[in-house]
Amino acid sequence: MLVIDKIRKVNKEQQTEKNEKASDMLVGKWVKCTNCKEILYKEDVKNNFSICPNCGKYFRISARRRIKHIIDENTFEEIDKDMKTSDMLNFDGYKDKIKSLQEKTNIQEAIQIGTGKINGEKVAIGVMDSNFFMGSMGSVVGEKICRLVEIAIKDRLPVILFCVSGGARMQEGMISLMQMAKTAAAIAKLDEAGLLYISVLTDPTTGGVTASFASLGDIILAEPGALIGFAGPRVIEQTIKQKLPDGFQSSEFLLQHGFIDKIVERKDMKQTLYNIVKLHK
Amino acid sequence: MKNNKISEISKTAWDRVIIARKTERPKSLDYINEIFNNFIELHGDRSFGDDKSIIAGIAELNGIPVTVIGEQKGKSAKENIERNFGMPNPEGYRKALRLMKQAEKFNRPIITFIDTPGAYPGMEAEERGQGEAIARNLFEMSRLKVPTISIVIGEGSSGGALAIGVTDKIIMLENSIYSILSPEGFASILYKDSSKSQEAAENMKITAKELKKLGIIDGIIKEPEEGAQEEFENICKNLKNMLLKNIKELSKLSKEELTKQRYEKYRNIGGIL
Repeated sequence: MLVIDKIRKVNKEQQTEKNEKASDMLVGKWVKCTNCKEILYKEDVKNNFSICPNCGKYFRISARRRIKHIIDENTFEEIDKDMKTSDMLNFDGYKDKIKSLQEKTNIQEAIQIGTGKINGEKVAIGVMDSNFFMGSMGSVVGEKICRLVEIAIKDRLPVILFCVSGGARMQEGMISLMQMAKTAAAIAKLDEAGLLYISVLTDPTTGGVTASFASLGDIILAEPGALIGFAGPRVIEQTIKQKLPDGFQSSEFLLQHGFIDKIVERKDMKQTLYNIVKLHK
Repeated sequence: MKNNKISEISKTAWDRVIIARKTERPKSLDYINEIFNNFIELHGDRSFGDDKSIIAGIAELNGIPVTVIGEQKGKSAKENIERNFGMPNPEGYRKALRLMKQAEKFNRPIITFIDTPGAYPGMEAEERGQGEAIARNLFEMSRLKVPTISIVIGEGSSGGALAIGVTDKIIMLENSIYSILSPEGFASILYKDSSKSQEAAENMKITAKELKKLGIIDGIIKEPEEGAQEEFENICKNLKNMLLKNIKELSKLSKEELTKQRYEKYRNIGGIL
């Protein structure tokens, strides 16, 4: 291949990439599936629980939409909505990043907690949001989970946590690592109070969240096709110096290896949670 | 003496990372053999196998029966391979938990030595539930009804360290480090450049002094200039005294007070507005 051909090829590749990016950002009413690349009508996707109507790919959804799917209309009462991190390590650029994320996403942190009803049954619920710092756990996520558990113990409510997280929040260093101990200890308290805890693992649930409250449910559910693991696939590939097989660390893989109780489709999640809660009354 | 002091002050976090990882730095078994009498190593998780990167057993500390658990790195290439460089698999954490529950049954204090680059990030570790194994240990350790003390002797990295570290008291050797992950890993994630690990080490707050200030750890054992191997017997003597003092104090508490105090300790870590 001549040098000029190589340059042409690279240019062409860059062009294609640009075009793809542009179509990803199709403004307004259309969106492209990240899996099958089909151009989809946004309203169709929304009405299909944010699942691709063409290939069945589950799109990540915000905490707000998740709560809409699960909790009866007008029953969600959010707790500690505006809690913020104090940035204990005074980590360079962290406060600014938080601020810009808050403005961009219109949410305050990587989890929303509160109480609400599922087909009339009151529950304490926490929903993580991957749009905020990839759902990472720092002081706020740790503290909110503890408060939710404490409210559940006081009011004798079951706890449901929807997990989505890249792991511990790097910018809070050891403080973040200790949130793993803090949340696991809170779940132990809930356990001693004899109350039900259901954790629901969604794409992706990894690192310090997998290695703490996400794996401690009395009942652990997962959405189909979610990536769930402790070490990320890239880190494992670097360790073993080979490519991982398809489907490694997927919900289906975890079910097969005995680490989750059940895979539940998004459209059936509310009814399944209700059925489980009802059996524990 | 004066010289020592000056260089002690000027030691950077990265200097301590290097000391913490030295091959000649004493490992868990060195401390176990020096501090305890009649150590009997016990093996296996009763489910899958025996993980050699975690040593566990029963021993006497000044006549007090205790359970001892430690992450074990090797002191040679051969031993390091055998010990998986101190990176436990799930069965290692499950062995540790089995023996902690046994300690609870027989009302023995538990002492753990932390020294690991992290939980092993391998395929089989994932297949056997590395995340679940760590989570289960945090959960159960938070409510054990016996006094528990952990000592970071070298590298305390990520959930792999914490998995045997949810204790009433956390002690660090002066030149050990305790971090959310390795400075190299941190730099490659946050600065997209693993060569910035020295800068990362400074910003991450991973030294004993900084973690004491943040209220995460409870005590620091002084080390000589070049590290713990220099005056090993003396360090062990100081560590033994600190362990005895802490066990004596913790043993005065009722089981309810003990677990309540431990819960509060972790409950209060975090900074929110």
